[in-house]
Amino acid sequence: MYPASFDYLVPATLEEALETLGRYEDDAKVLAGGQSLIPLMKLRLAAPRALVDINRLPGLDTLAEENGGLRIGALVRHKTCERSDLLGGRWGTLGAAAPLISDPIIRNLGTVCGSLAHADPQGDWGSALLAMDAEVVTRGPDGTRTIPVGELFEGPFMTTLAPTEIITEVRVPDPGPVAGGTYLKLERKVGDFATVGVAVHLSMADGRVGRAGIALTAVGPTNLRATAAEEALTGSELTDGAIREAARLAAEAAQPYSDTRGSADYKRTVVRVFTERGLRAAAEAVGAPVPPAGQGEPVTTGEALEATERHDYFSGQGTVGGVMDELGDKPGGPDGGER
Amino acid sequence: MKVTVVVNGQERSAEVEPRLLLVHLLRDRLGLTGTHIGCDTTSCGACTVLLDGTPVKSCTMFAVQADGREVTTVEGLAANGKLHPIQEGFKEEHGLQCGFCTPGMLLASKALLEENPDPSEEEIRWALSGNLCRCTGYQNIVNAVQWTARKLQSDSATTGAS
Amino acid sequence: MTQEHTAEQHWLGRSVKRKEDDRFLQGKGNYVDDINLPGMLHMSILRSPVAHARINSIDTSAAAALPGVVAVVTGELLAQHNLAWMPTLSGDTQAVLATDKVRMQGQEVACVIAEDPYVAHDALELIEVDYDPLPVVVTPQQSLEPGAPVIRDDKEDKQDNRIYHWEAGDPEATERAFAEADRVVEYETFYPRCHPAPMETCGCVADVDPVTGKATIYMTSQAPHAHRTVFALVAGLPEHQIQIISPDIGGGFGNKVPIYPGYVVATAASLLLGRPVKWIEDRTGNLISTGFARDFYMKGQLALREDGRMLGLRVNMLSDQGYAYADAQPSKLKAGLFHIVTGSYDIPAAHVVTDGAYTNKAPGGVAYRCSFRVTEASFFIERLVQTAAYELGIDPVELRRRNFIRPEQFPYTSATGFVYDSGNYEAALDKALEMLGYEDLKAEQARARQEGKLIGIGLATFTEVVGAGPSKDYDILGLKMFDSAELRVHPTGKAILKIGVQTQGQGHETTFAQIVANELGIPPQDILVQHGDTDNTPYGLGTYASRSTPTAGAATAMVSRKLRDKARELAAHLLEVAPEDLEWVGDRFQVRGAPDRQTTIQEAAFAAYTNHPQGMEAGLEGVTYYDPPNMTYPFGTYAVAVEVDRGTGQWKVRRMVAVDDCGVRINPMIVEGQIMGGLTEGFAMAAMELITFDELGNCIGSTFSDYLIPTSWETPKFELGETVTPSPHHPIGAKGVGESATVGSPAAFVNAVVDALAHAGVRELEMPIGPDKVWQAMVEAGLAE
Repeated sequence: MYPASFDYLVPATLEEALETLGRYEDDAKVLAGGQSLIPLMKLRLAAPRALVDINRLPGLDTLAEENGGLRIGALVRHKTCERSDLLGGRWGTLGAAAPLISDPIIRNLGTVCGSLAHADPQGDWGSALLAMDAEVVTRGPDGTRTIPVGELFEGPFMTTLAPTEIITEVRVPDPGPVAGGTYLKLERKVGDFATVGVAVHLSMADGRVGRAGIALTAVGPTNLRATAAEEALTGSELTDGAIREAARLAAEAAQPYSDTRGSADYKRTVVRVFTERGLRAAAEAVGAPVPPAGQGEPVTTGEALEATERHDYFSGQGTVGGVMDELGDKPGGPDGGER
Repeated sequence: MKVTVVVNGQERSAEVEPRLLLVHLLRDRLGLTGTHIGCDTTSCGACTVLLDGTPVKSCTMFAVQADGREVTTVEGLAANGKLHPIQEGFKEEHGLQCGFCTPGMLLASKALLEENPDPSEEEIRWALSGNLCRCTGYQNIVNAVQWTARKLQSDSATTGAS
Repeated sequence: MTQEHTAEQHWLGRSVKRKEDDRFLQGKGNYVDDINLPGMLHMSILRSPVAHARINSIDTSAAAALPGVVAVVTGELLAQHNLAWMPTLSGDTQAVLATDKVRMQGQEVACVIAEDPYVAHDALELIEVDYDPLPVVVTPQQSLEPGAPVIRDDKEDKQDNRIYHWEAGDPEATERAFAEADRVVEYETFYPRCHPAPMETCGCVADVDPVTGKATIYMTSQAPHAHRTVFALVAGLPEHQIQIISPDIGGGFGNKVPIYPGYVVATAASLLLGRPVKWIEDRTGNLISTGFARDFYMKGQLALREDGRMLGLRVNMLSDQGYAYADAQPSKLKAGLFHIVTGSYDIPAAHVVTDGAYTNKAPGGVAYRCSFRVTEASFFIERLVQTAAYELGIDPVELRRRNFIRPEQFPYTSATGFVYDSGNYEAALDKALEMLGYEDLKAEQARARQEGKLIGIGLATFTEVVGAGPSKDYDILGLKMFDSAELRVHPTGKAILKIGVQTQGQGHETTFAQIVANELGIPPQDILVQHGDTDNTPYGLGTYASRSTPTAGAATAMVSRKLRDKARELAAHLLEVAPEDLEWVGDRFQVRGAPDRQTTIQEAAFAAYTNHPQGMEAGLEGVTYYDPPNMTYPFGTYAVAVEVDRGTGQWKVRRMVAVDDCGVRINPMIVEGQIMGGLTEGFAMAAMELITFDELGNCIGSTFSDYLIPTSWETPKFELGETVTPSPHHPIGAKGVGESATVGSPAAFVNAVVDALAHAGVRELEMPIGPDKVWQAMVEAGLAE
């Protein structure tokens, strides 16, 4: 509850920030949202000698489309993404992830780039941005470089960033005119880390999958791309069989471990289920819906059912079938709501 | 370091270590004990204040970060001895029992209504999902926010304000 | 004194807005951490990282040398003052600060007292403790195995980890019942460790005046008087020189009944240093070391006739008490009120066998709105009855109806000796089923199964037992469990009521004023209710186990009637008539047959100070200590409908209907608020709350990242209903209600989720029922997507 002491610096320019980081070598941390860093400092699991507060640096809060791609600056907060009209449609994967980060108050301060720099394998942005083939732009003592998100994460809470390097923005490439996706998260309650998360993105080309992005949260040492699943879909038509196969491959790519949230087998199953549901939602988003083949089979057999009047017990809105839809209609709710 | 924060409309200054949490500045240095501490892991929201009108968890921010900014605490809601409508709503609808989570709930609710003057039950539950309560079961809190929404709408209709 | 029924009892059953709200809404509550005294120091606690270890040495020199640190206290220092160990409320002993060993992860090992809390925590990192790890015992089964490490080797001659063995009921009659039975249904379950986790953690400001020697202790206490008496015995301070003040308390739920080491060290430190010392625990300290709840293994059998009539019940229970037996519960009842386990059913024979054992975990067990283990009992019987319904092929509603205690059987003496005061279980059940639309819902469930969808319906028809309690059976450390109320009406007709109980959000400042208002006609806003200050309230045992309304509420009604009797004499004197010629009509006396001749209660009060008859004592004041003749037995039916996702195992509550009967409701708004809070906690226990341990005794669930409290998003909506069956022995017919919902609802939620899978043979899902557990059960039953 009480952090250790540190020096607090508020640079006026990015150059000054870099210079300050350099002065402290590897013992200073960048402070943006602080919603991951400060909790660690309060538990004394982190005790940097200095914090470099970049919140007052100008020009780092861009959230905009540029040349068909997307730029998310270092000071763009989760809440800005949640509220933005921009992050639907082709950017649907990101728009679905944004409301599911942590809780609504933390989303007011936490940043997308800060989340990537933190590299928590249970973090949601990592998967959403992996699925969309994003890269980060950094500034360091040697200048500017770009790092694909897939090469950013090295291990749990470990990145390929130098301690004296700052992520200035994320760039997401143009997914093409027909694209869409979603993010599904299973969490035990709002604010819990994901038990499992799956980001799905589809870029279509002439009615077939041009590029698929499937990335997994909380089932590996970092956010993982389900590469085999993506490749199986590339060039394919979207069919029920293709979706189920991709889901199966995604589950295989997962590396979950058993813990209080569930067994490894359970988590693998959720990867499969979410990948399948996510791909169906993405397929619908790109105008090529793929409903499940066959009706749900009865779970009892041979019982004659008397005709009864249907009543809307559950949602006040209709039938039991409507309820299952309603489960999916929650606005990115923590029950893994689909968009 | 010296920090100057406008708290509930009043400029307040203090000499602080960088590591002093904003919640401790408010409670221990400025004597505003209405903001409460309920956990160590940024999970509970009892410490919620408004920073330039936006809800933040004051236990997960350093006082120095609030330098030059405006903070509203629960003590800043009532004006001239008159309760803010959100406070009235919580009283009318029994939205509090022990009162410990209440300041955070009030401020998060106020911010919600400023952004969304007519929220549905779902929208209220979603917006308040960063504030834990053990006593009420949340249902009366939802009712309180909806009562307030109606009151604010009818007040503005009466005064002709837009 | 006969109970006079007033013409208009118009202050009961009214949803008066709460008087206490104004200060809470404006951030002007006065919680312990809000108290700041001149010269105050801050205390932090060093806690053991290991669960069982010998302490070889503790080096505090670096910590003591840190600028700003005033003192570092260890067990060794306390031992010199005979303060290293303290009694628990169950008559066992618990370490204040560890001396020889640590016996749980998180145990208090040293305290730093400093000028500022940041420095107090910096200093903790400088204390060096040399631990010699010992084998760890994390379950009571392990701890009772021969050869298990003896945890309480500080006790002379202690060779094992047994704490108690206690039985209730009639073993022979139960044997005969089982011999006659057509069917025997078995059920076994574990009610896992959970924690009350009020939003405000525990803490105190201890201020021992160096000149007068008076100790003023502001404390998060649900039982200030009892705590003061224990402090006097432990610390050797004269009781009249100790004042315990519970200011506003941010939730209790039983967490603030035990006495914790922090209170004792802070008080000792203040005494030694001559300055006030504040200790506010952090959430980790709260979850890892303070009074947890449950951790209870239960196994039993129900003997039935083929038609479903229950003949006998056997239950064996094993309780994990942690490293000290520290339950706050009636001393004669080692397992609290667990033997209420026959529930709402007329079961002629029962035998309950309970055992408690030590483990390397925090002490506790009785907490979290449990009514002294009624949560465990009610959960067990309602899950057993549901299981029996499946095995016999009888509808769970029908099975209950065939066995309910019938209204004409009250007062009903149960097979384990409880005398239930009143009840009408079928009425509550019928109301709940009507609100739910039960028959249609069952048909919907069958149809849903045809479409491959899983819906479950779960019920719990619980009986509670609250209001501890009659002095012949109920005491805590010998202190009888009466309670008290002291009332004075001032000359201008306003009043002050002082009570021996202690609200933590239950609204006593409003509800108790309503009780007085109902008897005397003085409006609640004219009555100041005072509690929580041992120097300024009559002696009482405090608020927990839903006892306030049954005990102090009764005392309040009785003392109000005493004053009304005196007011009658005063009115007679003013009106110059005989007292028998007067009628009381809600707030005034009227002359029978001449109603325009009247004296209001305010006029009578004024006369008490200005015009009292010769021979009568002046003033209008009284105190009543109420020894309840019996417990009260609130009850109800909870009904839950859930839907289960066959892909992920997640379950969602689609409907939750709660019908409660707590007799006469003083303030319906407050009663409903209590119920909804309890239902949320019941849902939380069923769905997500868990404190567990790995094999090294590491506590998993010591922060809110791991110990999951539901938010407004997960929490279901509740539909509330009521029936009213007054208590025949309570002066206003009221029963307690604060804990009915935590007692009754977990079984309703669990029954519902199990019911969704029961047609495929699933019978048990252990709480908390995370989606992974549901999935596992579905896989085994062939139901997974």
